[in-house]
Amino acid sequence: MAKTKNKKTDSKEPEHQRNEGIPLDMDYIRGVNINRSAVERRAATIGTRRSVKKEWQAAWLLRAVTCLDLTTLAGDDTPGNVQRLCAKAKQPVRQDLLKAMGMENMGITTGAVCVYHNLIKDAKKALIGSAIPIAAVSTAFPAGLIPLEERLRQIKLSVAAGAKEIDIVIHRAQVLTGDWEGLYSEMKQMRQACGAAHMKTILATGELSTLTNIAKASHVCMMAGADFIKTSTGKESENATLPVSLTMLRAIRAYQEYTGYKVGFKPAGGIRTAKQALSWLMLIKEELGDEWLNNKMFRFGASSLLADIERQLEHFVTGRYSASYRHPMA
Amino acid sequence: MEYGPAPESTKAAFDWLKTHDNKFGYYCNGKWETPATKTYFPSVNPSNKQVLAEIAHAGEKDVHKAVKAANKALPKWVKLGGHGRARYLYALARQIQKNSRLFAVLESLDNGKPIRESRDIDIPLVARHFYHHAGWAQLMDSDLKDYKEIGVVGQIIPWNFPLLMLAWKIAPALAMGNTVVLKPAEFTSLTALLFAEICDQVGLPAGVVNIVTGEGDTGAAIVNHPDVDKIAFTGSTDVGRIIRKATAGSGKKLSLELGGKSPFIVFEDADLDSVVEGVVDAIWFNQGQVCCAGSRLLVQESVAERLYAKIKARMEKLRIGDPMDKCIDMGAVVDGSQLKTITKLVQQGVAEGGKVYQAKGACPTEGFYYPPTLFTDIQPSSSIAQVEIFGPVLVAMTFRTHKEAVKLANNTRYGLAASIWTDNINLALEVAPKIKAGVVWVNCTNVFDAAAGFGGYRESGFGREGGKEGLHEYMQLRTNDTFSQRPFERPKATEPLDVNTKGLPSIDKTAKMYIGGKQARPDGGYTNKVYNPNGQYVGDVSEGNRKDIRNAVEAASKSTSWAGKTGHARAQVLYFLAENMEYRKQEFAHRIAQSISVSLETALEEVELSIQRIYYYAAMADKYDGNVHHTLSRHITMAMPEAIGTMAVVCPNEAPLLGFVSTVIPVIAMGNNAVVIPSEVAPLLATDFYQLLETSDVPAGTVNIVTGNQAELTSVLAKHDNVDGLWYFGNQEVSKMIEETSADNMKRTWVANGKYRNWYDVASGQGETFLRHASQIKNIWVPYGA
Repeated sequence: MAKTKNKKTDSKEPEHQRNEGIPLDMDYIRGVNINRSAVERRAATIGTRRSVKKEWQAAWLLRAVTCLDLTTLAGDDTPGNVQRLCAKAKQPVRQDLLKAMGMENMGITTGAVCVYHNLIKDAKKALIGSAIPIAAVSTAFPAGLIPLEERLRQIKLSVAAGAKEIDIVIHRAQVLTGDWEGLYSEMKQMRQACGAAHMKTILATGELSTLTNIAKASHVCMMAGADFIKTSTGKESENATLPVSLTMLRAIRAYQEYTGYKVGFKPAGGIRTAKQALSWLMLIKEELGDEWLNNKMFRFGASSLLADIERQLEHFVTGRYSASYRHPMA
Repeated sequence: MEYGPAPESTKAAFDWLKTHDNKFGYYCNGKWETPATKTYFPSVNPSNKQVLAEIAHAGEKDVHKAVKAANKALPKWVKLGGHGRARYLYALARQIQKNSRLFAVLESLDNGKPIRESRDIDIPLVARHFYHHAGWAQLMDSDLKDYKEIGVVGQIIPWNFPLLMLAWKIAPALAMGNTVVLKPAEFTSLTALLFAEICDQVGLPAGVVNIVTGEGDTGAAIVNHPDVDKIAFTGSTDVGRIIRKATAGSGKKLSLELGGKSPFIVFEDADLDSVVEGVVDAIWFNQGQVCCAGSRLLVQESVAERLYAKIKARMEKLRIGDPMDKCIDMGAVVDGSQLKTITKLVQQGVAEGGKVYQAKGACPTEGFYYPPTLFTDIQPSSSIAQVEIFGPVLVAMTFRTHKEAVKLANNTRYGLAASIWTDNINLALEVAPKIKAGVVWVNCTNVFDAAAGFGGYRESGFGREGGKEGLHEYMQLRTNDTFSQRPFERPKATEPLDVNTKGLPSIDKTAKMYIGGKQARPDGGYTNKVYNPNGQYVGDVSEGNRKDIRNAVEAASKSTSWAGKTGHARAQVLYFLAENMEYRKQEFAHRIAQSISVSLETALEEVELSIQRIYYYAAMADKYDGNVHHTLSRHITMAMPEAIGTMAVVCPNEAPLLGFVSTVIPVIAMGNNAVVIPSEVAPLLATDFYQLLETSDVPAGTVNIVTGNQAELTSVLAKHDNVDGLWYFGNQEVSKMIEETSADNMKRTWVANGKYRNWYDVASGQGETFLRHASQIKNIWVPYGA
């Protein structure tokens, strides 16, 4: 029987230390400069310099499952499909496959479920008995273009409704016009509104134009206390890409070197295959290290990724290429 | 979260070796031959020291056989025409792609480089090189009509990129209609032998490509073979020098791609995280066994400590081990001897006070492995800052200003490549032209493409590989066929011109020399009398000696204003020269007539031609420019012709004015400063000429004229390390001496070898070929993206 190589150690991982933020350091922000072509070159070789095979790959994919923010963010979401999503989150991989890999008692679930505010209560009900946190998108997701007071109120409502994580969107205009003070101030107020809930800041990188803007926005949001920085809403025309992720990871590393705080990372949108997921995990291992390779520090924002991972896991177990209908849908 | 093993299968490669019983003859005339020497040597896998195969040691007789085959195949191969050759090159490219993984695995087994590199970099570049040159073959008949093949080409390649170097050599050679005898490096013959099999498969005519395996003596046999018309060599500067000396005076064309100690310059505004990855690509690519490796890290002081910390952190992430593992960054160095060299040089660096840092991760012990190594606290005076280590060893130094960065970068005998990291385009484009190197990468490093030329300045060799500039190594002008064994002379006048003016005694004149914009008396204090062919006394001329040469070179190398001028500004000065010559047409004609005993009419014709020639180069001064090559997407690759620097021009003895103009003017048109030894027979035209220089706004030091014994003065110039180029249009004996003695600083030499061109004929007396020899191409790579 195929066994995965790595022991699952999520339960022993320390709780995510909150990022308390620091005063806005404009000198630092002004010095940030990213060379796109060099970043692209590095990103392009991540998947070719590294490779994981066989039981190592299965272990990596299971880790990816535990780092999933299983997501539905559609206008036609109903309690019904959210319940289905939550059920899948609790049992993301077919039991027989887990058993074949000797992982059936490791409590493998996704990292969180991610829904709109109105569906928090349904998700909460569906997740009773599990420790899976609910992440809610707030602050007028995905564009965020309503008054700040309203956005802060939304955060508070979502937290009150039971969301443990709040995925907020930034006001892109503040980046595009260089209003870093404004961005910092809004983020700080949002972080306060989150209270005990973790704040995951969506930069909507596809709308920030340059990697330098993305890096600067990452730094400002981290200085303001973001617990996670996240690439995209999934609604922009360009979603998570490796060069963008590399830029944000390097910002996270620099921020940690500068302040000691470890900030989490969440690429979202466009990650649909197990192979892509592995590239992201490799990128994180190479740029930040193993400390980031768990769901306290890293999440995938994805809806269809899980289905592909399951198929690859079945292939690992049986040696046969799998079909998606063989795996329960979310 | 460990990676675990990710082995690439070696089965297909071992199966292929077995089809040859793990023993290879050499490939000659389309057949596998047993070496006359009856000896074989092992090819070893450097990652585990296991013998992969026995390789034929081809000796002199075998080389002779191969050269004969290549000679025999030549006429048909030429006659096949561009399109036919294009089809073969295209087929080779296709076959390389179809067998890409076999080539990659074989390469990594034989050489020790990570499979990622052979698979993703080497082999794709090989195929690209054949495709690109299939195109050049197609275009030769239409777009390169003035050119023809060189003939049989001997090619000797190194072990660091075995198949890629083969491609760089063979593709352009075949495209331009040459046939080839190639010797792979003894450590890494296998992919060349697989390539031979591919040649067979595509039905390449027998004898067009011959692969002779062997060692140093095999290479020497190729170099010294009288029926080889050109040698192309890539390897160490020491061996390059030996080849330069061995081929001196033979008339063999030569291109050398040699060592380097390339600077990797980091300015304070650079994206340091990206710089770190650049460093990885620069010095930990192919275990640092890369001639253009960025092995001298020059960092602006303000960011040096930060960058060092980042590099050290990155070094810990490098994975060293089995080259066949897909998850490995660094494999084995090629051989135990190379490992020993690296180890010794690193020890020397430590002994000289360098601070050494090596990645903590363990290296495998069974093969030839060396860990990534960084030296800080290194000064230019340390030997490891000067010598090429050819291993994964980076030495770091700091600079204060961009001017100092340029100085440090150029503080080397080498000049192969450089890398500049800054996001300030003004700074990047200020620095790039100032670096003495054939390739400059801005914000990237070790980027290659078949459409761009690659090759060095200074002791990194000469000639380019890749791009249009590379084709010139494998073709020659058809007008070369018109050269004669003896100088072209003008018809002598039936009645000699009266040399002496009547009436008052003439004012006693001694032509001086011209150095640094001033008329200079000869250091030795001697003058020589000049007589014409009829034995009539024409005048006195200074006898220059080595000190005069020293002064002239000094003046030329210190003068910077001419090189800094635009092409247009230089053109204006040259037109002015022509204008002033026109004023003094009669005077010059008179002097020519006196000096070489031709009629005034013939002499006037020469002056007229000289004026036209100056016009030609004035016109070209702002038109002989570069190319923007089609290389990679979102890269601008600029091929710029740059001045060579201080050039010595030894004028032809014949055509006293036209010969001077035809050789000196193209040199200065390209922005060089010249030290000129005029015709020994009729030097007074040159000394008259300096009066034109004085009145035509030519800056002091741009043209320096030393009269005297050509052979003696030329020898001093050839041995002068501050002379960057030397042209000579006379006999074979002096040509040989020049090529031999120029080997020491790898001057760009252009010598006639006793084959004389007709200066009075526009087709061979002027043209772009003069400008090409008066310049060298620098490729500047600028990737972009906001």
